[in-house]
Amino acid sequence: MAKGKVMLEVNGLRVAVAGNEILKGVDLTIRVGEVHAIMGPNGSGKSTLAQVLAGHPAYEVRAGTAKYDGKDLLDLKPEERARAGVFLAFQYPVEIRGITNSYFLRSALNALRRERGEAELDPMDFLQFLEGKLKAIGWDDSMMNRPVNEGFSGGEKKRNEILQLAVLEPRLAILDETDSGLDIDALKTVAETVNKLRNPNRSFLIVTHYQRLLNYITPDVVHVLADGRMVKSGGPELAHELEAKGYDWLRDAAMVS
Amino acid sequence: MVAVESIVGSYNAWAGNGASRAPAWLKDIRRSAIARFERLGFPTMKQEAWRFTSVAPITEGSFELANAPTGVPTLEQIRPFLLLEAGYRLVFVDGFYQPALSTPFFDDIQSLAHVTTHRPELVRQHLGQYAATEDRPFSALNTAFVNEGAFVHVPAKATIAEPIQLLFLASGDKQVVAHPRNLIVLEREARASIVETYASLKQGPYWTNSVTEVVAGEGARVDYHRVQRESTKAYHVATTQTQQARDSIVNVHTVAFGAALARHDIGAVLGGPGGTLILNGLYLLDGAQHADHHTTIDHAADHCGSHEYFNGVLDGKSRGVFTGRIIVRPGAQKTDSKQTNNNLLLSTDAHADSQPQLEIYADDVKCTHGSTVGPLDPRALFYLESRGIGEREARRLLTYGFAAEILGRMEVAPLRAQLDAIVRGRLAEP
Repeated sequence: MAKGKVMLEVNGLRVAVAGNEILKGVDLTIRVGEVHAIMGPNGSGKSTLAQVLAGHPAYEVRAGTAKYDGKDLLDLKPEERARAGVFLAFQYPVEIRGITNSYFLRSALNALRRERGEAELDPMDFLQFLEGKLKAIGWDDSMMNRPVNEGFSGGEKKRNEILQLAVLEPRLAILDETDSGLDIDALKTVAETVNKLRNPNRSFLIVTHYQRLLNYITPDVVHVLADGRMVKSGGPELAHELEAKGYDWLRDAAMVS
Repeated sequence: MVAVESIVGSYNAWAGNGASRAPAWLKDIRRSAIARFERLGFPTMKQEAWRFTSVAPITEGSFELANAPTGVPTLEQIRPFLLLEAGYRLVFVDGFYQPALSTPFFDDIQSLAHVTTHRPELVRQHLGQYAATEDRPFSALNTAFVNEGAFVHVPAKATIAEPIQLLFLASGDKQVVAHPRNLIVLEREARASIVETYASLKQGPYWTNSVTEVVAGEGARVDYHRVQRESTKAYHVATTQTQQARDSIVNVHTVAFGAALARHDIGAVLGGPGGTLILNGLYLLDGAQHADHHTTIDHAADHCGSHEYFNGVLDGKSRGVFTGRIIVRPGAQKTDSKQTNNNLLLSTDAHADSQPQLEIYADDVKCTHGSTVGPLDPRALFYLESRGIGEREARRLLTYGFAAEILGRMEVAPLRAQLDAIVRGRLAEP
């Protein structure tokens, strides 16, 4: 397969939170249409990478670059990144009191449409658009009139993130431990939906602690992050190796190098 | 205190003149109430119930008892304050009933003074039976001047489909006080919705001191809404007291947008088993506004549920005070009570005090409470921004959500839409 255009290029990224350096020089190249998985032990910096790419203000970039479509991603505000097509599915989705899912999604979609110079959708048009999206992923609208994530079960929250992904149609979707806290049925549902949303123009960065999710979503590239550095990259088979051997052998490798 | 003496003086003048034709039983009620007020005096911040609210602006001001307004507004002039098109309505200006602007219904939806004359037994049975005056000087004061206000009576098993609007307007150009007194009685299995609104035609200083008693008979349901949109120079002191018989449902929805100083005491007594109560409130303040909500839910019977939700959105140098007292009496087993008070501070000069007070004297009950005071949640802000929503809009959306959460519990859709529009207007960028 001919290699596509580079979508995201991260070089020597060093990131600290509250004075502690978490990422200690991360390199990562994702091409258009590729699905990358980042695995690694707890505390390795996986979620930090996901959040810093989305623009979380708590993280301090100390060195390195992240280019998205050749532009400096780190220079953009979070909302500008989203409008440019970057999406983060949160590990811990936030509850928004008083705002229904439907209202929230329409506000977000219209912000993106304004950016693209498209007309905003009124509530009726949006409902129609949403129905189409729900149908495509085989879900019902039971979550739409409830306040965003409020009173949702863990599984519902994660599903809601994927629903937002389906509606907002990002070019780069970052999934931050979307599988954690899901039972096997919920995991399958989420994975099937992600597979439906894969397309040649959309890239994925899937952050996960477990290999489990990768049984259902086959990545093009698997990376291992340990102690703030990428210590190994390979094909889907690397995930299986990690499942069998655990992370310790890699952590030791990271210490030695 | 000078203020108390001058109020007693104006009471004596009023009682000997304009109010002298009242029946003896009503005169007795007034007399004992003014004596009580004289004894209590105005509250001070040394009193627990008034810790956070000073009534000095009221006691230091001079407010004459309102006279009948000289010019009566037209229907067009009051239309902006009518939140609903349909339904019966009673309109008052400076506390005086305006028949030309009202659509009463026999003696059941009428001015209190009219019903006191025509069906005194109905008023006498209920008036002053629920709103305490023992330690409540403002309630005592209102009772001393009891004369005019709204009266609603829904006979057994009757349903009034459209909400009944009670509109209290201040002229707003005279420094006067009005003491509206409202009595809402639903007999067994009756059903009605009420919308009680306070607003002003002009933005001057004045003082409203209202009391509303709401009685729900066995199996009755009342949705009582209270919209306080007084002039931002006005002082608003109010008491709402509900009394529930067995298996009744009372939903109290209250929004406070106006007044320089507002104090609203809400009392609810669940007096029979199986009753359900919702107290759902919003205060949206800016500038130097001060609003104090003092709520008391009294579980006096078993198997009752109460759910209390109050949200405050505070900008500028405003201050919100919320006290949520819940009493579970001995024998009120299987009580299910939940209370939350969330305060959003939009400026560093805004301030909120939140104090839950639980007094539980029964052992088989479920009572929870929680309160928050703080700025917008940065995690929520980032969540919205990460979806492409700009910071300003994200802030507005989250702020709106605080209000929408409360408004969303109101079941009267057109009213909810009107209040939603008011909230959106308030939150719009200048």
